[in-house]
Amino acid sequence: MSDDQEKNSSTTSSGVSRREFLKIGGITVAVPLVAGPRVVEAAGAPVKVYGPGKVPIELAVNGKKQALQLEPRVTLLDALRDSLDITGAKRVCDRGECGACTVLMDHKAVYACSILAIDARGKDIVTVESLMQGDALHPIQQAFVDNDASQCGFCTPGFVVATKAFLDKYPNPHAEDIRRGLSGNLCRCGTYHGIQQVVAQMSRKGA
Amino acid sequence: MPDYNWPDAEHRTLIGKRISRVDSPVKVSGRAKYSYDYHGTGMLFGKVLRSPYAKARIVSIDTTAAEKMPGVRAVQVIQKPGTTVQWAGDEVVAVAAVDEPTAEDAVRAIKVKYQPLSYLVSDAEPPAGAGEGGGPLAEDDIYDALSNQVPDNQLIDTLEKQGVSFKVDEDFLKELKGYQVPDPVVQAIKSAPYREAKGAARSSYQKATAITLGNADQAFANAEVVSEGLYGAPVIAHCCLEAHGSVAEWPDANHLLVHISTQNVSGIADQMAEPLTVPATNIRVRQDHVGGGFGSKFAADRWDIATARLSRKAGKPVRIMLERDAELEVAGARPSAYARVKLAAKKDGTLTGWQSQSWGTGGPGGGGMPPIPYVFAIPNQKKEHTAVRNNIGPARAWRAPNHPQAAVITMGALDDLAAKLNMDPLELLRENLDLVVKDRQSTYREELGIASELMGWKEKWRPRAQNVSDNIARGLGVSVHTWGGRGHASNCDLTIHPDGSVDIKIGTQDLGTGTRTTILIVAAESLGLPLEAISLYIGDTLYPPSGGSGGSTTPGGVSSSTRRAAVDAREAVFAIAAPALMARPEELECANGTIRVKSDPGRSLTWKQACAKIGAVPITKRGHNDSVAANNHPDLTNSGVGGVGMADVEVDLETGVVKVKKMVAVQDCGLIVDLKLAESSCYGAMAMGISYALFEEKVFDQLTGRMLNPNMQFYRLAGLNDIPELVVHMMTGKGYDERGVIGLGEPPVISPGAAIANAVANAIGVRVPFLPLTPDRVLTALGQKAGA
Repeated sequence: MSDDQEKNSSTTSSGVSRREFLKIGGITVAVPLVAGPRVVEAAGAPVKVYGPGKVPIELAVNGKKQALQLEPRVTLLDALRDSLDITGAKRVCDRGECGACTVLMDHKAVYACSILAIDARGKDIVTVESLMQGDALHPIQQAFVDNDASQCGFCTPGFVVATKAFLDKYPNPHAEDIRRGLSGNLCRCGTYHGIQQVVAQMSRKGA
Repeated sequence: MPDYNWPDAEHRTLIGKRISRVDSPVKVSGRAKYSYDYHGTGMLFGKVLRSPYAKARIVSIDTTAAEKMPGVRAVQVIQKPGTTVQWAGDEVVAVAAVDEPTAEDAVRAIKVKYQPLSYLVSDAEPPAGAGEGGGPLAEDDIYDALSNQVPDNQLIDTLEKQGVSFKVDEDFLKELKGYQVPDPVVQAIKSAPYREAKGAARSSYQKATAITLGNADQAFANAEVVSEGLYGAPVIAHCCLEAHGSVAEWPDANHLLVHISTQNVSGIADQMAEPLTVPATNIRVRQDHVGGGFGSKFAADRWDIATARLSRKAGKPVRIMLERDAELEVAGARPSAYARVKLAAKKDGTLTGWQSQSWGTGGPGGGGMPPIPYVFAIPNQKKEHTAVRNNIGPARAWRAPNHPQAAVITMGALDDLAAKLNMDPLELLRENLDLVVKDRQSTYREELGIASELMGWKEKWRPRAQNVSDNIARGLGVSVHTWGGRGHASNCDLTIHPDGSVDIKIGTQDLGTGTRTTILIVAAESLGLPLEAISLYIGDTLYPPSGGSGGSTTPGGVSSSTRRAAVDAREAVFAIAAPALMARPEELECANGTIRVKSDPGRSLTWKQACAKIGAVPITKRGHNDSVAANNHPDLTNSGVGGVGMADVEVDLETGVVKVKKMVAVQDCGLIVDLKLAESSCYGAMAMGISYALFEEKVFDQLTGRMLNPNMQFYRLAGLNDIPELVVHMMTGKGYDERGVIGLGEPPVISPGAAIANAVANAIGVRVPFLPLTPDRVLTALGQKAGA
């Protein structure tokens, strides 16, 4: 992924904008597939075409290799949830607007609903489930508990992952950084006050 | 008789303290399983074909191609040819297939012919005289009125005046009782006169209410000052992050297991039994966690019935969770309310008269008048409400049904009056507190004082449009609100095992409101144990029934049933332990994991030692709370709270953008079980208030009849960037604690919209009539002010 696709506090908190997603979706593929794609000419360049049937897709999720058979149109989010039963990332808007599906891809926060599983091959995918350290909550997760930063909890996994990615990149954010850096995730219950406290607390600690 | 009363302040070790939410760890770690996350073995994926028309007759449905597609396992027609769909997005056919893409393909392969009909999706002001002489109510009108929370007295009044157009039979009445419709309404339906419906299509406008109190005409004739204005709030969505829907599976031909996203675990089976022709007792409903409800998830919806049918046909579990566009189009709408208001008052601000012509829509059913004037019982009133029946989809209860709208209308009118009198609106509210129900007057007085301090009102408040610099106008606004409470019916089984372990089973649900935490705090306090010592099981029809979570009745309901079960179980252990402690059972108490003699705490048994004497069969006690307070001895809940909301805003006069800079909430809710979670409810409600005050509106296209913004980009929710400094103060101590437990779901969400609207008026010197306070509306209001 290029730098301009990184989680950027001055634009959006997700890693991949919709436009970038459209640009990369199914067109450029870094890793060759087991079942060879067809190659067609498009806009004067050869383009690999997969599907429309199921193709083998290997994903590395939470440090574990997972071999799947999926149609190329299946998103990373649906692959995680429906094929791997990894359900921490939630499907809410399903189009890159709310952040409930946020996962880390090569250490960057991305909207899993807006990435095709086929484009996640060869990437290091980390979901909220793997943040715990044994039986202990990650310090950010503990801060969510302490500051009561979840109510119904459906946005919470996305927020936890986004917060981690944000603090990894900006360990000592200003209040304005926090507001902007975490504005790519939405909460209906309105737990934002608690989330602000989480980030304030973690940045004091220098997480 | 055991003493069920809440322990007094010096004996409370857990109740009222700041205790972390018990289900936070599973939520923050992604381990919490929601209905959406449930994946049954061999589960099929369902999709729904929806009507593209706001109103149309279904002419024909051809599912042949879909049924032949590889991977498609079942097809279920939901609305047959000949049926008229009443809103865009209405369900027509559902399919189940081996995976989601296949199900989507199958939906596309279904051919439906519609005959489009004329529709209305606007809720603009009705033409003068519209809706006079309302006809008799059809069954649908009654369903609509009930689902739109038309106040009971309004519905009863309409039934008496207009009658019904159908023969009311026992089945219908029984069904209504099943929906927990209050008895007076059921009686009114039973005794409503039968009138034949006129041949002509019914009007889109229905004169829903016309009420006169005192002598309004005289009050206005004698008024020292009259203020007029236009106020309102649009239709908004619930936008629960977990969509509506369920997974259905049939362990055998006669038994159904439903994993559903609901606020009403114990009430779902009875709703599914009839359409599926399965006894309710054969239907098991399960739910661990629910991703938001806000009033929109009480029913087994049409798509849930279809899911169960698809599953029965296919012989596999089937999941249908709504897509986001459907969620926003059909799964919940808060009725709109708008009003032209005239206020009569004395020069000192004393309110003497109210006149309003209001209107609003709750979709096909129209809807009722919000409770205006709100909080203040102005002596002379004349009010009329016209319900707009249109094709925007059905309404559902939205957190504090009708109250946020009533606050926007009433508090806006009071604020405009204060401006006209050159008065501080806070003073105007104080001046009129004797118009508030007597029991709440001192509460409001105290709360207004505290809120004022926390906001810095005295220092910051300026008359309208007098705090402007560099094209940024700053202003303050205030609103007050009220809500009921009490406790819904609830049953709780608490079991103490001979090894000392304790479990609780209760068929309730935790919407993120802290229900689990509430139950555990009450039980742990009652048994003198830490929270961790008790296992809690909720969200299953295998457990004793407990009411749906609506109207802020859950804390009252579950804390009462839990308290009774715990006290009874404790008494049973006391009786068993007493001989060993050479004391009478009534001389014992439990504290810090021991059972001891009150007068001689040294004489004690550990909890485990005492429980070891129970014998082979565990002690189980059933605690019950009755929804009728008088049937509880004693009643551990209460009803009637007051709260205050204040907002400090900045408005950019060039762009019209409103930024909330600070909000204050001061709220009472009787005996607070968990102060930390109570404050969270208020913080969250303020965020939600900012959201509906500034951004939220279901926008409909008059040309296509469809919702234009059924996504989270254009149906915008407030984000972290929109949340300013929030300050919460909960009223506790004498005068509050002894009232008993009162729920907090609704009250704090009521005032924010009105307070923000008033703050904007204070900032820019002119009223922006309708929420949301979008830049275009702010600029329009500013333009009209400049042109005036």
